[in-house]
Amino acid sequence: MILLKLFLTFLKIGAVSFGGGYGMISLIRDDCLANGWLTEAELLNFIAVSESTPGPIAVNMATFVGSSQGGILGAFVATLGVVLPSFIIILLISSVFTKLLKYAGVKAVLNGIRPAIIALILGTAFTMFLSLGFGIENIYTSPDIDYRALVIFAVICAVSFLYSKCKKKSFSPILLIVISGTLGVLLYGI
Amino acid sequence: MKKLKSLCDIFLSMMKIGMFTFGGGYAMINLLDNEFVERKKWLGSEEFMNFVTIAESTPGPIAINCSTYIGYKKAGFLGALFSTIGMCVPSFVIIYLISLFFEQFLAVSAIASAFKGIQVCVIFLILSAGLKMLKKIKKTVFNVTVILITFTAMTLFSLFSVSFSSIFYILIFGLISILIYTVGFLRSREDKK
Repeated sequence: MILLKLFLTFLKIGAVSFGGGYGMISLIRDDCLANGWLTEAELLNFIAVSESTPGPIAVNMATFVGSSQGGILGAFVATLGVVLPSFIIILLISSVFTKLLKYAGVKAVLNGIRPAIIALILGTAFTMFLSLGFGIENIYTSPDIDYRALVIFAVICAVSFLYSKCKKKSFSPILLIVISGTLGVLLYGI
Repeated sequence: MKKLKSLCDIFLSMMKIGMFTFGGGYAMINLLDNEFVERKKWLGSEEFMNFVTIAESTPGPIAINCSTYIGYKKAGFLGALFSTIGMCVPSFVIIYLISLFFEQFLAVSAIASAFKGIQVCVIFLILSAGLKMLKKIKKTVFNVTVILITFTAMTLFSLFSVSFSSIFYILIFGLISILIYTVGFLRSREDKK
């Protein structure tokens, strides 16, 4: 049963996620938290691993969540689910509907969805930040400020801002992960 | 026989790219361009760039969309199949192996502390991905309104523990844009009359 649920969940995510791996995170988060598959911290760990290992982030996330809930079969059905809609849509576009995206109506819909995706990504980051940095899950819980998390956030903001100002390109995400991991060991470990 | 050879070629090339690209879709476009446009010349540069725009606007991971397309161009349906599987295999194997040991790995206290720091970084990465897209989008009245409404609604729903799936925002604004488009289309036809 869990296999079917994993497959359908990731099929749905694969079918409606626009804007690449990060566009997918708010959808994955909704389903994982609602089904009780992962906590917020576990989800963030999984994203970190998916970001720092090779391959598409979406495939990595699906495999990871699938494996945690249903072993190797779970990993397989979740990955299949997330890839299948892409595969079918692109096949159709390259064989039958070669001009699909030239229709003004289709373009209008895609353009209408894009700002919503951006807001979802920003909203996800914001609510995650409230939860991790200030312990605010909802208005019913009392806040619990994590100063160490705020310090780490300030440091990586500064590093990446200064780097992009000086070098005119963005700082490698993997290097940022290494820096914040080191800060984590220093601040939380001791 | 020749077909089999080209399927193997597609599969292995995609596997190589899936194994060595970090950082998701956009980093991968460069490598795909290098391998299939410049070296193997399976498709023209302009065709590939046009397709990347399509891959960005259709749902699903960009890397998967690109690999399905390149495979189809080279060898039809089977090409698309082999290409997509090739792209996924390295991710699948690597992440599956990690997931087996991840719990034990986190049980080491230094690693658990490191991941507490890394969680902060992941939020930063998501935030900067969002901000980058925000910078690029045209600031029309429609776009700004949609962004403000979605962001505010999502934050409030989450603070008041109301469950409202992200999918609904995508569906609602997709529908609204169809409506606006249809109304505009009908009006322009009226005007012509």
